[in-house]
Amino acid sequence: MKPFTYARAADTPEAVREASGPSHDFIAGGTNLLDLMKLEVMAPDKLVDINRLDLKQISETEDGGLRIGALVTNSDCAADDRIRRDYPVLSRAILAGASGQLRNKATTGGNLCQRTRCYYFYDTAMPCNKREPGSGCQAIGGATRLHAIFGASDQCIATYPGDMAVAMSALDASVEIEGKDGASRTVPVRDFHRLPGDRPDKDNVLEDGELITAVTLPAPTGGRQSYRKVRDRASYAFALVSVAADIGMEDGKISHAALAFGGVAHKPWHKPELDALLTGKEPSDALFAEAADLLLAEAQGQGGNNFKILLLRRTLRAVLREATQMGETA
Amino acid sequence: MQQTNLTINGQEHALDADPRTTLLDALRNHIGLTGSKKGCDHGQCGACTVIVNGRRINSCLTLACMHDGDEITTVEGLGQPGNLSPLQSAFVAHDGYQCGYCTPGQICSATAMLQEAKDGWPSNVSDDLAKGQKLTDEEISERMSGNICRCAAYPNIVDAIREVAEGAEA
Repeated sequence: MKPFTYARAADTPEAVREASGPSHDFIAGGTNLLDLMKLEVMAPDKLVDINRLDLKQISETEDGGLRIGALVTNSDCAADDRIRRDYPVLSRAILAGASGQLRNKATTGGNLCQRTRCYYFYDTAMPCNKREPGSGCQAIGGATRLHAIFGASDQCIATYPGDMAVAMSALDASVEIEGKDGASRTVPVRDFHRLPGDRPDKDNVLEDGELITAVTLPAPTGGRQSYRKVRDRASYAFALVSVAADIGMEDGKISHAALAFGGVAHKPWHKPELDALLTGKEPSDALFAEAADLLLAEAQGQGGNNFKILLLRRTLRAVLREATQMGETA
Repeated sequence: MQQTNLTINGQEHALDADPRTTLLDALRNHIGLTGSKKGCDHGQCGACTVIVNGRRINSCLTLACMHDGDEITTVEGLGQPGNLSPLQSAFVAHDGYQCGYCTPGQICSATAMLQEAKDGWPSNVSDDLAKGQKLTDEEISERMSGNICRCAAYPNIVDAIREVAEGAEA
């Protein structure tokens, strides 16, 4: 690990002030950051420890939603009674990720900031535009089992590996951010992560010194929620594909549809046209095939991950069948 | 150098170390508690698992200086020869290891995992998210997936944990 200065912040303004400047990073749980620092894939000059900040509560909002403090651990979030009852897709997604030890450390804000990555990003012997802009991408044309089928660029085909943010995307959550001089802004979680384009080194929209303080969930829609993750091992593995769903039914028709997908792009993937296509329709396999056609129209395999296109089609159908209570199999 | 006060197995320690020192390296190299093991050093194997303020974590993926004032329990604090914890005894009785390298992490992890289950935390394999999951073998395996045993003593590890879980229920 490269040497760094360590500072412990007492409150949010101090944290933002201390972390402003190039190569300064916040540390909360640290499970992804320290992993990368050991390999010197990341090498900040300064770490600002935010674990003493008062951001550890889950509270109810005026409009019937929940505000999850940035330092609420993944474990506490998944086990919270209100989240289990009203946002089961979020509990399920968190529990589908990482291990018990990691979920005890990982935080709500930190989990959103975990790096979009692939094994070439971790291998410092390989070129990687994300790790070292302009150096090239060895993943393109390489081993691509885990890589993106949506929104990749000729510079980066890595996937965002998280589960929590995929559920938050289906729930249309918002990220509260504080910056310099008390400036604050709110970004929909669907717009928080970036596609790689020609800046694959930038995973999300956070600017220098900006700190996530909370994630807010809108009031529950009353829909049926589910999270389905398909992976190479039964536990503790990244998604090959995952689907988060919040589907409401009324008089035999889909009254609300919100779907988000993990393991398929540089960010949690959400396609508003897909939600719109399903809304107001009677569930049927024909409708679900039409939905899959729309979702997958722009899918582009990289060779080793071509199987994800059919896998995602089938996983989407299984989730929609379950959510609309058509039964699992035809 | 960074001054950090840690309470480890009930005893206070003043650590003066480079801020890069992980909690695992502090325990092993500075304090001399070598029960916690360094396997992968990247949070994947679980051999370094310790209990901090009641929660199991990977001590390799956290800096010692982030734990000023924290209470840490290592395998040495759970029990000692002649005074083993229920899980330590059960691992011996069920031969829950072969080489033993992962065992301290397995035992620390299982100790905290049983408390998580008692607190009603659900897991990825829980049928519903309601409180009070019975610790089936499937639940135990899922909840222990952060601890790898390269000797593959898993059946005996699950036997040991199940015995203690059932004893706690009875």
